[in-house]
Amino acid sequence: MKNGFLIFFASFVMLGGSWCGFVLAPVLQLGGQKQTTILNSSDVYPAGRPGLANQGLQVYRANGCAACHTEQVQQEGVTCEVVLTSSGTNPPAVTNAMSSLKLTGLDKNTADVIVDRITAVGGKAEIHITATGPDIARGWGLRHSVAEDFLYDDPVQLGSMRIGPDLADVGSRRPDANWQLLHLYAPQSVVNGSAMPPFRYLFRIQKIGGEPSPGALNLPKGFTPPAGYEVVPTASAQELAAYLLSLQADVPLHDAPFTQPPPVSKP
Amino acid sequence: MLALFGGAALWLVVGSVLALIASIKFHAPEFLANHACLTYGRLQPAADDALLYGFCLPAGLGVALWLLARLGGTPLRGAIVPIAAANLWHLGVFAGLAGILIGDSTGFTWLEFPRGGSVPIFFAYLLLALWAMMNFAGRRERALYPSQWFLVAGLFWFPWIYSTANLLLATSPVRGVTQAVIDWWFANNLLVVWTGLMGLGATFYFLPKLIGRPLRSHYRVLFAFCTFMLFATWCGIPPGAPVPAWIPTLSAVAAAWLLVPLLVVFLVVRQTVQGSVKSNWQNTPFCFIGSGIDAFLLSGLMLMLMACPQLSRYTSFTWFGAAETQLRLYGFFALTMFGAVYYILPRAVALEFPFPKLARVHFWLSLAGIALLVVPLAIGGVVQGWKLRHPDTIAFADTTKAMLPFLRASTTGLLLMLLGNLLFFANVMGLTLHWKIALIKQFIAFVKSPLEPGSAYASPRRDKEAQA
Repeated sequence: MKNGFLIFFASFVMLGGSWCGFVLAPVLQLGGQKQTTILNSSDVYPAGRPGLANQGLQVYRANGCAACHTEQVQQEGVTCEVVLTSSGTNPPAVTNAMSSLKLTGLDKNTADVIVDRITAVGGKAEIHITATGPDIARGWGLRHSVAEDFLYDDPVQLGSMRIGPDLADVGSRRPDANWQLLHLYAPQSVVNGSAMPPFRYLFRIQKIGGEPSPGALNLPKGFTPPAGYEVVPTASAQELAAYLLSLQADVPLHDAPFTQPPPVSKP
Repeated sequence: MLALFGGAALWLVVGSVLALIASIKFHAPEFLANHACLTYGRLQPAADDALLYGFCLPAGLGVALWLLARLGGTPLRGAIVPIAAANLWHLGVFAGLAGILIGDSTGFTWLEFPRGGSVPIFFAYLLLALWAMMNFAGRRERALYPSQWFLVAGLFWFPWIYSTANLLLATSPVRGVTQAVIDWWFANNLLVVWTGLMGLGATFYFLPKLIGRPLRSHYRVLFAFCTFMLFATWCGIPPGAPVPAWIPTLSAVAAAWLLVPLLVVFLVVRQTVQGSVKSNWQNTPFCFIGSGIDAFLLSGLMLMLMACPQLSRYTSFTWFGAAETQLRLYGFFALTMFGAVYYILPRAVALEFPFPKLARVHFWLSLAGIALLVVPLAIGGVVQGWKLRHPDTIAFADTTKAMLPFLRASTTGLLLMLLGNLLFFANVMGLTLHWKIALIKQFIAFVKSPLEPGSAYASPRRDKEAQA
């Protein structure tokens, strides 16, 4: 083997190639990434997390929450449903045209064809898109996670293990800060049989002096501190809860469309 | 050598203890739950980093230094620099691990060390690598042996990826998910490519050496070397990641092509050792290195499975990935390094290991331990993935519960590995002690006999080499 120089030159090129591909190219493509507009709206996304939540991200990082939790919902596809919004001037014709058609569980192209047919006989219809996949079915999110969801995060905590559930949209799923704090202090108190270790060190157990503190946890039976004591979240616990509440990837985007469920009207 | 290997053996034990504590938490979430620095999310990365940065990297560097000196036909010069660098390295690992435990981790997988740890180990690495390269440049034996390509490429690659990752993730962070892409690229290139280059470099020297047969053949090894670097450097981005689709797609294609270097390595090893496994079965370094290369091939196959989009549905976000990483780091790399250290150290200090029989016990313990760790986790990972994909019938809490039997087996595996690592530590420390006593005796003899300095004259120099 005399071609030592050639071998080392070749290895330099091959190693450097991957640097260009997976470091340089993504930085060039995504380095200047900006906010995007929400589908069917003029609002931009993401708005950035509030300050308390950003500090909470640092608590999340410091305690290695990403060792057990991912923040990336995956999706396998979409299913479309055609919904009639107006029967137009000739309702029997529309009903007649629709009676022979399957209206749910369609792909996008079929749905488009059906909408065209309904429009042709004078009706109006729209397509409702629902994301599909096990993560969506578990209620972990309404769509898959996209690059925009993490635009302002530093460090980005995608995670790689689901020892616990995915947290990409936990703020929509569990919007109650009190629930989050109870869950952090004693996971089994709100989730039966939870395997999550308690994060008691983020709380203070202190003697009640006169009035109970306004932020003290209202723990269920079996988890309460000794009589005369109360459990008060520290600043870190408050920040972490704020961060968890800020994890809301619940708006439709161009590259991850879905139709938002209509707001439930109260009688 | 001793400074590098001794510290490495210590970190190996530390890493095992941390991993064991972290693992016990699955069976008893309340275990040590009141201490911030002993929470699972800090212990687990600390255990992983203790194994990787504490043991794998310094052991790999020590083996590379020795092999480059041996293959170049030059003795190691100026031992003081490698000794200083090794101590700086171990100081950096200490600072890094302490940083993770007090909550100063960077939050990036396999790059958790805060600046206090990452800066010292980067410069210690540079020193050691420069030293090895100077030695390499001044070699007397000009023709290159295949191991030298692997080792030199590996030595060169780490500073590149480590500085890139630290600059773009910790020092002046890039925006959004680009962070995740760079972290995956870095982790893959350290865990798969760097360990692959160093481990294969050592294997291709020791396997033929231990059985007294030539490597077959150098051209095939060259082909494996090139294809391994060409494809393995692009792996590691998981399918379905929230990044532009071309990135995971390209990564999956590269992972599929990884079969080529794996097959060639398999052929080379098979043809080199064919028929001589039984007769060498009593040779402990051979057993270690032989098992190591099997683990390399197996973990490579697991990596390919995880990158294939159809199969990754059942493996992503599960214990399967952890099983692959452990098989690669411990099963392949650490086992190969154990074999190399058992071969190198007695020769470097011209003393025998104090407990040679324990080396054998160490081999069986680590083999049983890694099997008990990896097999249940891999099977458990697929079970977990399957259960996660049935949201209508299986609640999430049930998937967690279903993992417990597998985790119990893996905790036992970790315990066996810890015992094995303790034996390794005892042997290395015992040897160091013997060597220091011998050094002092020589020194006393040297002082007592000033009239005939020739007898003891050559030894201090040689001892310095050993120490490095």
